[in-house]
Amino acid sequence: MTHLIIFLFFGGLCVAGAVNLLVQRHPINSALSLVVVMGSLAVEYLLLGAEFVAAVQVIVYAGAIMVLFVFVIMLLNAGEEERTKGSRVAMLFGIPGMLVGSVLVGWVLIERTGTQTVSAGALPGAPRTIGWLLFHNFLLPFEVTSILVLIAIMGAVVLASHPDSDQGKKES
Amino acid sequence: MTAGGTPPLLGNRTLNLTTFIVVSVIKTVLALFVLLTAVAYTVWLERKVVGHIQNRWGPTRVGPFGLLQPLADGVKFLFKEDLTPPHVYKPLYIAAPMIAVAFALTSIAVIPVGNSITIGHLVIPLQITDVNIGLLIILGVTSLGVYGVALAGWSSNSKYSLLGGLRASAQMISYEISLGLSLVGVLMLTGSFSLRDIVNAQSGTFWGFIPRWNIFYGGQFIAFFIYLMSAYAETNRIPFDLPEAETELVAGYHTEYSAMKFAMFFMAEYANMITVAAVASLLFLGGWHGPVFGPPLLRALLPVLWFVLRIFGFLFVYIWVRGTLPRFRYDQLMAFGWKFLLPLAIANLMITALVVALRA
Amino acid sequence: MVPISYYLILSGILFACGVTGFLIKRNIISIFMSIELMLNGVNLSFVAFAAQWHALSGQIFVFFVMVVAAAEAAVGLAIIIAVYRTRETLNVDQVDLLKL
Repeated sequence: MTHLIIFLFFGGLCVAGAVNLLVQRHPINSALSLVVVMGSLAVEYLLLGAEFVAAVQVIVYAGAIMVLFVFVIMLLNAGEEERTKGSRVAMLFGIPGMLVGSVLVGWVLIERTGTQTVSAGALPGAPRTIGWLLFHNFLLPFEVTSILVLIAIMGAVVLASHPDSDQGKKES
Repeated sequence: MTAGGTPPLLGNRTLNLTTFIVVSVIKTVLALFVLLTAVAYTVWLERKVVGHIQNRWGPTRVGPFGLLQPLADGVKFLFKEDLTPPHVYKPLYIAAPMIAVAFALTSIAVIPVGNSITIGHLVIPLQITDVNIGLLIILGVTSLGVYGVALAGWSSNSKYSLLGGLRASAQMISYEISLGLSLVGVLMLTGSFSLRDIVNAQSGTFWGFIPRWNIFYGGQFIAFFIYLMSAYAETNRIPFDLPEAETELVAGYHTEYSAMKFAMFFMAEYANMITVAAVASLLFLGGWHGPVFGPPLLRALLPVLWFVLRIFGFLFVYIWVRGTLPRFRYDQLMAFGWKFLLPLAIANLMITALVVALRA
Repeated sequence: MVPISYYLILSGILFACGVTGFLIKRNIISIFMSIELMLNGVNLSFVAFAAQWHALSGQIFVFFVMVVAAAEAAVGLAIIIAVYRTRETLNVDQVDLLKL
């Protein structure tokens, strides 16, 4: 019962944050509602037993990636977005399409997996087991992503640096 | 710990939910009270020590040695007029100090201050909750603390505040990396994220007399200094207090704040200092280990005293550094973090990994 | 006990919100955030499936998604800064020349 209440509370927070992201005109409000979504998702991960994933979600997503977003919004002093013609067309087709799609997916999910339940802390993803898996079964993907990150760092530095100066190279 | 519904372990006994909640609430209230008092008196300590370093007396008027000064300050903050400048973005302007102080106070929840005390047949660990990802929670919560500073700077809608907020977010992201990497060495030596396990692994001595603290036994003294320097940058303290450099930015991100909102930023900064000091002593200096003797109650409380003394030592060093060092320039700060601390942290990590692998 | 489908529906809602945001938002940063929202929705379904089939690899995939998201955020935000520097706008409708 407590499990369900916690799930519903943070699930509701998630959905509210996601909808708020759509409704808000100013990017910094959208960014903050996305932080709320990520924080409540971390709680959902905890409910599913994925402790390490929850911690990494907070540290990497909410604590690093979103801070980078907020930083760029502050740096570029992004204002309220203006609505243009293209966006109204997208709204006209996007929202009904999304509603139909989500109802369809929800119906299929309830039909197919309706009986299966999951208890709190179902599959404990302790740091030790996760680390063991990461460095044994998934060693090659791990190394490949490290190369990906290296390329991303170099790309970010090259893109963000001023073309006519050698100063101003700071990106993570 | 398993999250959610299963009754959490308290000591070695599984308790029913009511007892658990009652004990937890009592511990939380106590911890918050102690933390807030400590924050107030750290401010007093800072004013006193910096005063003596600069050949002044510091606060002397309120109470003996100015000991009641924090109280007077608190009353002043409460009764001052709370100005809201007309050009601010109000929702975030009001939320920012709350975010800062909330995240600063949250991390106390996983910090253990001692072994455990026994009341009747109830074994109560001196820690609000012992989770197996304790250190990660502290890292996560402190990395969220940057939002308070960044949003304060942005929502104030003033150029000084904006520059302060920008500097703060860039600085905190940059130094978080070396901070995290400096802790990984300790984690490899212990093999656990639980702060209690990390402290327990540091008990005893080697070669007869040297305590088995990570800074000696694990050879983590380079990591210790990397941690200390990154932590100074994370808490925006001199010599890295660029976000609030008063010679350039008036007061940085809290230029537009007054009264209690300003005090909340202050509380957040000092609470973060205490958290950093606590983590440093838990991870590198053996936590609460020290000579223990006497009757059972003294045996339970002496470790707490040793732990508090370590934190006090760190706070003193903080203040000492503030009284001694000048401020960095911003490009120097970034170069120091990325070009010096980060490679050093990685080198330390690799050497530690090699040592751990050879020992195993 | 919560049915596993609840988690999947939540992840579906988040993903749908991300798609909608991607379509209706005109600010390039907001569009980018909608993509992050979609990734988050997918992550939740990964963890839920991991719990359903008792396979920890589902949680491992989340790490890879996070790494890719971090790399994407770094490069994407750098591109946004570069675009803003030359165009002085963040509205995607005005960034239509296919060159900087």
